[in-house]
Amino acid sequence: MGTSIAQLKRGQKGIIKEFADDLLPIKLLELGCLPGNEVELVQVAPLKDPLYINVNGSHIAIRRSMAQMIEIDLIEDIPSV
Amino acid sequence: MSKQINVALIGNPNTGKTSVFNQLTGLNQKVGNYPGITVEKKEGICKLPRGVKAHILDLPGTYSLNTTSLDESVAVELLLNKNAKDHPDVAIVISDVENLKRNLFLFTQIKDLKIPTILVINMADRMSRKGITLDIDLLEKKLDTKIALVSTRKKVGIDRLKELIADYKNLSVAPNVDTTVIAPEYFKSLRETFPNEDLYKLWLVITQDVNFMPLEKNLVKDSSSFNTKSKSELKRLQQKETIKRYQFINSILKETYKVDINAAKGLKATLDKILTHKIFGYLIFFVILLTIFQAIYDWSSIPMDFIDETFASASEWVKTTLPPGMLTNLIAEGILSGIGGIVIFIPQIAFLFLFISLLEESGYMSRVVFLMDRVMRPFGLSGKSVVPLISGTACAIPAVMATRTIENWKERLITILVTPFTTCSARLPVYLIIIALVIPEGRFFGLGYQALTLMLLYLIGFGAAIISAMVLNKVLTIKTRTFFVMEMPNYKLPLIKNVTYTVWEKTKSFVLGAGKIILAISIILWFLGSNGFTDKYVNAESIVENRIEKEGLSSYNQESIAYNLSIYQESLNDSIAKNVYHLAPEQLIDSTNQLKQTLLDKAKNQEIASYKLENSYIGNMGKAIEPLVKPLGYDWKIGIALITSFAAREVFVSTLATIYSVGSDEEDTIKNRMAAEVNADTKKPLFNLASGISLLLFYAFAMQCMSTLAIVKRETNSWRWPLAQLVFMSLFAYIVALVAYQILK
Repeated sequence: MGTSIAQLKRGQKGIIKEFADDLLPIKLLELGCLPGNEVELVQVAPLKDPLYINVNGSHIAIRRSMAQMIEIDLIEDIPSV
Repeated sequence: MSKQINVALIGNPNTGKTSVFNQLTGLNQKVGNYPGITVEKKEGICKLPRGVKAHILDLPGTYSLNTTSLDESVAVELLLNKNAKDHPDVAIVISDVENLKRNLFLFTQIKDLKIPTILVINMADRMSRKGITLDIDLLEKKLDTKIALVSTRKKVGIDRLKELIADYKNLSVAPNVDTTVIAPEYFKSLRETFPNEDLYKLWLVITQDVNFMPLEKNLVKDSSSFNTKSKSELKRLQQKETIKRYQFINSILKETYKVDINAAKGLKATLDKILTHKIFGYLIFFVILLTIFQAIYDWSSIPMDFIDETFASASEWVKTTLPPGMLTNLIAEGILSGIGGIVIFIPQIAFLFLFISLLEESGYMSRVVFLMDRVMRPFGLSGKSVVPLISGTACAIPAVMATRTIENWKERLITILVTPFTTCSARLPVYLIIIALVIPEGRFFGLGYQALTLMLLYLIGFGAAIISAMVLNKVLTIKTRTFFVMEMPNYKLPLIKNVTYTVWEKTKSFVLGAGKIILAISIILWFLGSNGFTDKYVNAESIVENRIEKEGLSSYNQESIAYNLSIYQESLNDSIAKNVYHLAPEQLIDSTNQLKQTLLDKAKNQEIASYKLENSYIGNMGKAIEPLVKPLGYDWKIGIALITSFAAREVFVSTLATIYSVGSDEEDTIKNRMAAEVNADTKKPLFNLASGISLLLFYAFAMQCMSTLAIVKRETNSWRWPLAQLVFMSLFAYIVALVAYQILK
């Protein structure tokens, strides 16, 4: 397994690679969560779940279990926070 | 034929679709349901230029034509079915300027159905603040459509939109994207099998998750002449389609849509940081909930007292003005007290929906869901269940309907089943009156005992919902694939117009829906309470007079008369001592005797009336169940109120109002009348701490709302679930109330 959205830190970004297509709802894709798009972890809910991401300009919340299925390439400029 | 054009508004959630609808139709709108299902149907009439009229339909919000819920499938079905009554002549896609890319996804899908489509780009007032520039002319050309740049907040662009609708015949119906390229072979065989059907429409029918339009779907299934694809293959194709559409959209927006990144960030990020913070987030949410309680309990008491007094004096006025008789009694005691019992809720309902619509409109509700999802999940509930559970504090009926947004059937069913435990506004009048009677007025750290009790009851209701959800989560063995995808919309200042419409709509639906039942039951009760069939009822007066002659008045009445007289004498003596009056001793005795006679007559009349009631139809019904409710600390009058509460809980108060006003010749407020009620066995006030708490708990848990049962039946499509709710909740309520009374008494 490579890196997934679930492993991002707050404010960190990545580029979506492939994902296990059968398990992900089409709705996620329609909201812009497609391979090649940039994804940023905006906020993590208090109990570490769900995750609030910004993908392709869409601000959406997904559960950690779903985030783990979306593989990404990290963008390596970690903001100095 | 009439010149009325059918227009459908469609768009993503949170694009201000409802605002556009409100601007187009004003007050010419009505809200109903689609036949057979409970998806809300909003329609209205709009006057267009050149004398044309348009019928506007506000479709449920959806992100695409690939449906995952019943709400969305309503929208899709209407667009696909050319024979439907409301099939649009023109579709208006509402988009939000900040999320144009995602909004255009839906637009291209509708355009490909070859329906004339207008694009509305809403929230234009935010463009400059967000650093967005748009080339509208080029965008119109590329998308092959007409665009109206609208700001509902600034009321700009609606006239242009009306112009475009009136002119809909000039819109192009050419598709945007050629879907067939994602699987040429497959679409070719589709084309050969169904030469007369539109290909993209067929494709949508085949790929729907929600099984709608069964006929057409079967048609596709039955024809063996083309190779059907497996579910995962179809899904892959849908993915391809999605990518293809975004490619198309991206290439267009690259030329027409510019955004200055530096201007875009800001408020949303800051607010999100605070509102979803692990401490402040919950703190703010808790403060908001507390404010809502305060509003319902405290602020609304001012208009409620006014309503209470107005109806009491109106009833009094009717009795003194109209000639005495059956009709006068019907108006004063049946109709007026019934209407009063409805109107009195309006302030609370209005306050609650004011808050709920503010939370929804501002975009805060999504943050609540985000905060609560992980907390709710162990109980088998979705973060989205928070919305129905909160709405349930107003009324379980819209709340059960609000569960439609939950995609997962098991989570949805559990939410439906436990929502009636949350403290709905119909319980509130019961709670308020009993709390006022049995809970002392003291304060605890500045918070009143009474307010704290109410808060506690809300928490108990919520707790019961949570615990039964947990049990149901274990018991129910429904396997469903769970997914949770929720948009976090931009924060918006709520539009007063939208909030007002919501409050108005909810209040209206309560008054017209629940109100009818309340009024009808008030009148039936009045009839049952003032008519009887036994000899005892018919000869009530002579029987009671005989009894008083032989045994005297009831001890409570004797004591109360003696007490009143002593107070009267004391105050007279006091006044004489202070030289306010100058009374001879004989005058003093005279005046005291006069008062005594008045009090005796009044007591006699009360005893006759109460004897009549005891032997009326309703008295017989109440007595029949008395053995059942006595262990809970109730008498047969409360028994009657329990029976009638099964129609709707709030009837409890108006039942008691009717019962007691039948038994009293002066219009005391209901509360004072209840406080004077005596337990026949103990001769102490009937409403004491033990019986009061027992009643509060009974009402907290019992399923006493026919309307909720009906809506649950419709939402679950089976009598099994509402019946289970009825039996389980009522039994549970009985046991808890029994235990509470036996311990406290």
